[in-house]
Amino acid sequence: MARMAGRRALFAVPVLGVVTFGVFAVAAASPFDPVKAYAGTAGLTASQENLDQLRVNLGVDQPLVARWWDWLTSALRGDLGDSSVMRQPVADVIAERMGWSVLLAATAFLVAILLGTGLGVLAARRPGGWLDRCVSSAAYTLEAAPAFWLGLLAIWFFALKLDVLPAGGLTDAASEVVTFGQVASHLVLPAAVLGVSQLPWFFLYVRQGVADALAEDPVRGARARGLSERTVLLGHALRSGMLPMLTLIGSRVPELITGALLVETVFSWPGIAAATVEAATSVDFSLLTALTVLATAAVLLGNLLSDLLYGLADPRVAFDG
Amino acid sequence: MTARSIRVAVAATMATALSLTAAACSNPDTAKGGSGSGSTSAVVGIAYEPDSLSPLLGYGKDGNSKIFDGLLALDADMKLRPALAAGLPEVSADGLTYTYKLRQGVKFSDGKPFGAKDVVFTYRTILDEKTNNASRTELDAVKDVTANGEDTVVFTLKYPYAPFAQRTVLPIAPQHVAGEQDVNTGAFTTRPIGTGPYVLTKWSKGEKLSFTANPHYWGGEPEVKKFTMAIIKDDDVRATRLRSGDLDGAILPPNLAKGFADDKSKKTVTATTYDYRTVTLPTHNKVTGDTAVRRALDIAVDRETMVDAILNGDGKPAYGPVPTDSEWFTQGTERPHDLAAAKKILDEAGWKPGKDGVRVKDGVRAAFPLWYLTGDKLRQEHALAYASDAKKAGIAITAEAGSWEVIEPRMKHDAVLAGGGSPADPDFDQYTLLKSSLAGDGFNNMAWYDNKAVDAAIEAGRRSGDRTERKKAYDTVQRELVKNPGYTFLTHIDHLYVVDDRFGPLTTQVEPHDHGLASGPWWNVEKWSTEGAGGSKK
Repeated sequence: MARMAGRRALFAVPVLGVVTFGVFAVAAASPFDPVKAYAGTAGLTASQENLDQLRVNLGVDQPLVARWWDWLTSALRGDLGDSSVMRQPVADVIAERMGWSVLLAATAFLVAILLGTGLGVLAARRPGGWLDRCVSSAAYTLEAAPAFWLGLLAIWFFALKLDVLPAGGLTDAASEVVTFGQVASHLVLPAAVLGVSQLPWFFLYVRQGVADALAEDPVRGARARGLSERTVLLGHALRSGMLPMLTLIGSRVPELITGALLVETVFSWPGIAAATVEAATSVDFSLLTALTVLATAAVLLGNLLSDLLYGLADPRVAFDG
Repeated sequence: MTARSIRVAVAATMATALSLTAAACSNPDTAKGGSGSGSTSAVVGIAYEPDSLSPLLGYGKDGNSKIFDGLLALDADMKLRPALAAGLPEVSADGLTYTYKLRQGVKFSDGKPFGAKDVVFTYRTILDEKTNNASRTELDAVKDVTANGEDTVVFTLKYPYAPFAQRTVLPIAPQHVAGEQDVNTGAFTTRPIGTGPYVLTKWSKGEKLSFTANPHYWGGEPEVKKFTMAIIKDDDVRATRLRSGDLDGAILPPNLAKGFADDKSKKTVTATTYDYRTVTLPTHNKVTGDTAVRRALDIAVDRETMVDAILNGDGKPAYGPVPTDSEWFTQGTERPHDLAAAKKILDEAGWKPGKDGVRVKDGVRAAFPLWYLTGDKLRQEHALAYASDAKKAGIAITAEAGSWEVIEPRMKHDAVLAGGGSPADPDFDQYTLLKSSLAGDGFNNMAWYDNKAVDAAIEAGRRSGDRTERKKAYDTVQRELVKNPGYTFLTHIDHLYVVDDRFGPLTTQVEPHDHGLASGPWWNVEKWSTEGAGGSKK
């Protein structure tokens, strides 16, 4: 198991290297001009000389490979460079925002997994029952609903109609101090929306897995031996029904990242997502590359995690190595 | 492996993830605790987030930043008033030297005194080409700036530049802080220290800027003690949060502002602006370069209908960069919509209707593309309306969308739906729009406009220090634009704000094209009284 983790970690190194170069290459080929993005509206009245000087100052007049090599060597020394769009070091940008995105995504993931598993087991118990029918059709509807639309709907209902939850931000807009209570109450809606948008996949997988398992011989055997329904359902059926879901956990990570991006925008959540979009449209090489590396690492870790969990849950699966 | 060991593994993973999250979220905030019961606060929603709060990189260059002061400031009528300077500058007879006496006893919010060295530092840093300031061109006239003792600053100019005093509204940065770090990325860009009425307590990027009143402000401590700008890019979300009571005020597009018309607890404030939309008519294009075509388009376009249909009535027809209600506007240069006259001009110039209704002259079809910025709905609607009006006169315009990267290389030959506007001085817009020597220089003079009479007039307008003489010069420019329009100016756009009734008195400045932090009824939040609109305190 440790071996597999080590092997995957080694494999991640060239992948991340290729990704960084890819980001530089794609950004360089993109039609966006980093100088114009940096100058913003001021660029529309700036003289050509002023713009040319900016190009030199920002270092974007250098060839692609030289720029990438510069970035890579200083990144390896711990210097991630300066973000041109945020006007501050990349490390600061990430440090300021990363935690809030991780908090949001982790909470949402937890919501999706717990709710998805719970509802999935309940629905599988009585396939075709009222609970199964209700939740399944809701899940299919949710699968089609974009996260930002759900977000606006949630704001309209919980913040506007019922006035029970704040509509956005990390804390009340007038508050300057970040307290646990404030963040907790502001986290409810975005995390719930993001979680619910991820929920259908977990629910449908668990429901199918458990329902299949209930029909399998070992479960029928367990029932025949007179084990309690609870033991049969949770101990036998859920355990084998969970297997496909563990794979799903890893593969949902990219989706979670893009979902968080939309949800953060709707709820003015000060996470990393908005910075990612801005970095991309402003061709902010340093920031964009650092964020892409982080996202890639998250996906690789997600896959590793789901493989490990799979191995733990099913002794028949050998770790690759 | 048992179910128990799975649970242990899962629990361990979760615990690690949560503790990492908790550690990453530890709050570095150093603001004083306690929300100060009884103090007043205001929260406004804005659509735009600044890249930086450093004046050295261009923040607040048009004055009126809450954290900083300039040497001068603009009041509600856009007249210059002394701020960090003790009075208006003394200008030498040749217009080449500006001398500012500084206000005494002013301190930065960190307690250190403000002095002449800070002014010199600020301007010299901006003029340094290693500083990534995209607005440096605006200070092009400055040759040097020197301190003359502790309390006097002298600017010497390369050429006489009448609106120079308007440029000195730009905020002054403290040398003892900003001079000690990387000017482009240092901590000062996000944690600024200034002399202004408010002190930035926190900038949660992507979420909000929090300010607290500066108790030692030289202009008197503001009544609104806490001021917050929440950054909400989506118009609908902003309107929703305003309605839910989360915000006290917000900038809104006209259709959403209308939704608050019946709300007794809120006021809608309309700011007039210099924010224009115009169509560039490049001289290098065989069709748009023909003066007859330009003049015909100028009167074939129905500006009144654009204001009503596109802006819901919240705006004015534009005949040049100067809005019709400005003191710099030349009365009598309004051009009413007159399709028949437009057709007559084209007929007389030899543009005869072809088979498909589009006019032709010497084998050239009266057709050209008009570019607008992708995703900008307002520009798109202007472009389509313009094309439809032109079609009635027999000119075929195809509206096309693109990003600036796509548009820029085509600007020499293709028309562009452009926007702009800076209200402080007529020179700011007209010089860069019309000066022939600036043709094709970055985004200056996008239409490659070339008119000797206009060149002479805008040059006279910027060099003369005499107001009557300047007015005469800009009158000449506006009359020349009737005879030979290099652009078809379409509309000036009002900006709408909805604000809670308990604040007041509410005013706005004449606003520029940019939606900076300074715009909106909160431009003078430090002067707001919280007794309601009745308790006026000017």
